[in-house]
Amino acid sequence: MQFMLLFSRQGKLRLQKWYVPLSDKEKKKITRELVQTVLARKPKMCSFLEWRDLKIVYKRYASLYFCCAIEDQDNELITLEIIHRYVELLDKYFGSVCELDIIFNFEKAYFILDEFLLGGEVQETSKKNVLKAIEQADLLQEVSKFNFSGQSISMVGCESKKFLFL
Amino acid sequence: MPAVSKGDGMRGLAVFISDIRNCKSKEAEIKRINKELANIRSKFKGDKALDGYSKKKYVCKLLFIFLLGHDIDFGHMEAVNLLSSNRYTEKQIGYLFISVLVNSNSELIRLINNAIKNDLASRNPTFMGLALHCIANVGSREMAEAFAGEIPKILVAGDTMDSVKQSAALCLLRLYRTSPDLVPMGDWTSRVVHLLNDQHLGVVTAATSLITTLAQKNPEEFKTSVSLAVSRLSRIVTSASTDLQDYTYYFVPAPWLSVKLLRLLQCYPPPEDPAVRGRLTECLETILNKAQEPPKSKKVQHSNAKNAVLFEAISLIIHHDSEPNLLVRACNQLGQFLQHRETNLRYLALESMCTLASSEFSHEAVKTHIETVINALKTERDVSVRQRAVDLLYAMCDRSNAQQIVAEMLNYLETADYSIREEIVLKVAILAEKYAVDYTWYVDTILNLIRIAGDYVSEEVWYRVIQIVINRDDVQGYAAKTVFEALQAPACHENLVKVGGYILGEFGNLIAGDPRSSPLIQFNLLHSKFHLCSVPTRALLLSTYIKFVNLFPEIKTTIQDVLRSDSQLKNADVELQQRAVEYLRLSTIASTDILATVLEEMPPFPERESSILAKLKKKKGPGTVTDLEEIKKERSSDMNGSAEPTSVNSTPSPSADLLGLGAAPLTNSAPPPSSSGSLLVDVFSDSASAVAPLAPGSDDNFNLSLKTGLEKKNTITSSFVPAYGMFVCKNNGVLFENQLLQIGLKSEFRQNLGRMFIFYGNKTSTQFLNFTPTFLCLNLQTKPVDPTVDGGAQVQQVVNIECVSDFMEAPILNIQFRYGGTFQNLSVKLPITLNKFFQPTEMSSQDFFQRWKQLSNPKQEVQNIFKAKHPMDAEITKAKIIGFGSALLEEVDPNPANFVGAGIIHTKTTQIGCLLRLEPNLQAQMYRLTLRTSKEAVSQRLCELLSEQF
Repeated sequence: MQFMLLFSRQGKLRLQKWYVPLSDKEKKKITRELVQTVLARKPKMCSFLEWRDLKIVYKRYASLYFCCAIEDQDNELITLEIIHRYVELLDKYFGSVCELDIIFNFEKAYFILDEFLLGGEVQETSKKNVLKAIEQADLLQEVSKFNFSGQSISMVGCESKKFLFL
Repeated sequence: MPAVSKGDGMRGLAVFISDIRNCKSKEAEIKRINKELANIRSKFKGDKALDGYSKKKYVCKLLFIFLLGHDIDFGHMEAVNLLSSNRYTEKQIGYLFISVLVNSNSELIRLINNAIKNDLASRNPTFMGLALHCIANVGSREMAEAFAGEIPKILVAGDTMDSVKQSAALCLLRLYRTSPDLVPMGDWTSRVVHLLNDQHLGVVTAATSLITTLAQKNPEEFKTSVSLAVSRLSRIVTSASTDLQDYTYYFVPAPWLSVKLLRLLQCYPPPEDPAVRGRLTECLETILNKAQEPPKSKKVQHSNAKNAVLFEAISLIIHHDSEPNLLVRACNQLGQFLQHRETNLRYLALESMCTLASSEFSHEAVKTHIETVINALKTERDVSVRQRAVDLLYAMCDRSNAQQIVAEMLNYLETADYSIREEIVLKVAILAEKYAVDYTWYVDTILNLIRIAGDYVSEEVWYRVIQIVINRDDVQGYAAKTVFEALQAPACHENLVKVGGYILGEFGNLIAGDPRSSPLIQFNLLHSKFHLCSVPTRALLLSTYIKFVNLFPEIKTTIQDVLRSDSQLKNADVELQQRAVEYLRLSTIASTDILATVLEEMPPFPERESSILAKLKKKKGPGTVTDLEEIKKERSSDMNGSAEPTSVNSTPSPSADLLGLGAAPLTNSAPPPSSSGSLLVDVFSDSASAVAPLAPGSDDNFNLSLKTGLEKKNTITSSFVPAYGMFVCKNNGVLFENQLLQIGLKSEFRQNLGRMFIFYGNKTSTQFLNFTPTFLCLNLQTKPVDPTVDGGAQVQQVVNIECVSDFMEAPILNIQFRYGGTFQNLSVKLPITLNKFFQPTEMSSQDFFQRWKQLSNPKQEVQNIFKAKHPMDAEITKAKIIGFGSALLEEVDPNPANFVGAGIIHTKTTQIGCLLRLEPNLQAQMYRLTLRTSKEAVSQRLCELLSEQF
């Protein structure tokens, strides 16, 4: 896999992971082009498209688009399930994940992704094993000292409260 | 999962994110961010040392700001500090920041590498994991230098935890991708292969990716992985759906691992060991069988995972291309998917069948699905799926179904999406040519293409139809009739005017007998389109008109009137004006015999591969528009470059490419249009249109004849000016001069072809008689020059040159004539030197030195140290290197006083890349010249030639 992008229906980038070295300028250009292309597609269309010399695999979960760029010889369907497994992992970790969880806890989304995919390849497909690694890390946090409840934070943008995974 | 794990309680961060989300406008957001940046900056610069938590929080805010799309130019140091924290969360945020915002700042990389080194040595698996993730995420060369030796050890050590092994495997994979030279193969490789047997499926999953990548580059070294992969795969596909516990995904056992193993097997041919091969065949059959079983779940994840494995298995079957039974089963399976209700499956089935169509075992089986595919083209609602259908039709096309497929594609073209029209046009053009039994069908098809999608018909396509019509006389009359009819349409595409103009100009006479297409009607029809066309097309039409003057003398005056009109003779466009002036003059002064010679029918084009095919090959998917434009430009110049005879244009205008072809019938036998009218007639008597190959094999003979020639020579040789050397770096000038004769040269070269105009001037007031220039070593089929050269007159001769292979010696021009009763004989070397076939190549410093290193074989390098013969002036030196033909590369050599150049020598058969470096030593008044090319003789020759210049 060359990169993975998460963006909202409004075209806001929520997460970006690049597995090939590119300049910031190039990354922005790719993101812009791809977000536009994918958002322009209609719901029942197929999840794959050719783009430059790459294959794009994407799927929409509630308000969020998950979009992966893979190479010519890579397997589209298994990539679609990589996306799904990642959503499952987020869902399990956050407990009914929604876009807001990913916005406010973006670093966690990155950590989970790193346990699942590394260098653009699947590292661990077992849900249990991935979450175990993240839980262990959470146990190492100084939870008691700095944990303020997040309840008082106002969450605007009602569309992003939809759960990604039902 | 407990709510407590949602976030690490960085309240400040949450508030900031919330603020940003509450911003009503982009301006407000930027304002809020700038405020935060100022705050963080002051905190980082403040006297008070920040605690780890604050540092983490601020670094995290910076990261958030960066991910919003803003630039971040500070905070790196603080992030690096976090790496050495003992608190896991601080370390983790530090690593995340580094992974996302890599900076090639070498000072920083050193610090980061230090922190990574400590964590790798910590033996704490979570810390090691973070460090490995960071290396895998950044993957820079510096990191490869520091850790490529260390990571294999971690990977194969007996006491390494499984999760660390997984990270180490993929980390190594990433480093191998970026810097393969830094990852040493060694003992560890055989142990890595055995990870395929590991008990932990996660380890196997990660290791398989690594092994696949390594095996692609080092197949011998990883050969043993084949049998291990087969047995692992076999165990997976035969396992019950619950055996693999958490590695079973929606009732499919280890789909990711299965796909990876099947990928790995695609690095190798079918296994030789019959036992392994049998086992693999069983696996593949099992996978195909499972596809027919009822699904174990209705969830799409189940079918996706199952089919992912199935498609990968089919890829392997196609890759092996050796089991007809499996290939046909695969084809049938894909045939089922062609009508599946899931769009994704239809898409993939079309894609996969494309590769299946090229196998001899399954080509016929694929063809049985033609109706389904045509139907997909008509009914699919998604353009990406229709695109796949077009690809498949193209792949399954052969002589038996070409008519049907081409008809369907043309049909589809009428409504096709703009994004794929050009590609369809190319495909139709290729198929129509490849499978044409009857060339009238071909001509109809291409004209239809132009009618339906004229804007998408590139130059290659209409050039090609003209080439074919010119080369096949059985279709010329039909082509003329058809274009004539097509041109009747009130609105026809400009490309049709081009094809029509060209074909009628050549073959209009074939239909002129019919009163409905009499010469005048043909002319009026074309001329009625003239005003609607662009300059290049008008230029082409003017050439058609002058051809008409020859074909149909009865309308000569009509055409002359048109040429004479102000809108032509005073046209603002210089090319049009020039053509009008010259054609008018030509039609007025030349006799019918001369006209017939000059405006003769085009000779057949040499047979060659269609450039359309090359264009399609080059066209990788629906690239961006600019990419396509570039390809187009490249292609069209290729086309003209290889068009023989080469056309010559006096003024290199942007439209030159197009005009080149349009004007070919004229320039083929005529001088460049820049010659003045009176010269035209002179030159027509000497139409040297043959391409003269240099024969490098006969060098020796050639030297001999040169010597004898010199010995025999009489008085004239005394004033022989050895001007040969000065032509190495330039193309025009006086080659030879004595009291009787002056020989001037003008020449131009393009790729492996060249054309030289030789001017012989009689300096005396007496006629030269029996004037005969002959070329030694050149195979010239040229009419002799007029044997008398009047006193004070000049005659011109054209020599076409083709560089067949690299050569050392220049050809000799021998001239004999009688002057005032004495017989004169002289020989001069023609300055056609190897460097004339240079095409400059621009490249970066990095590329240059990389290639320089690649050409390090002692035979490829030739060096010469020599004394300067001329003043050592940098500007003159630069001009000479450019004149020599190579590109002058600035800012490549670390020493600015040195000169480096690069270029490619084009011969008919090969292209030879050349790099050169010239190092002047001003004090010693010496130069050192180094040439590196892939061919010793070329290095040697270029070095000799260039050394003489300084």
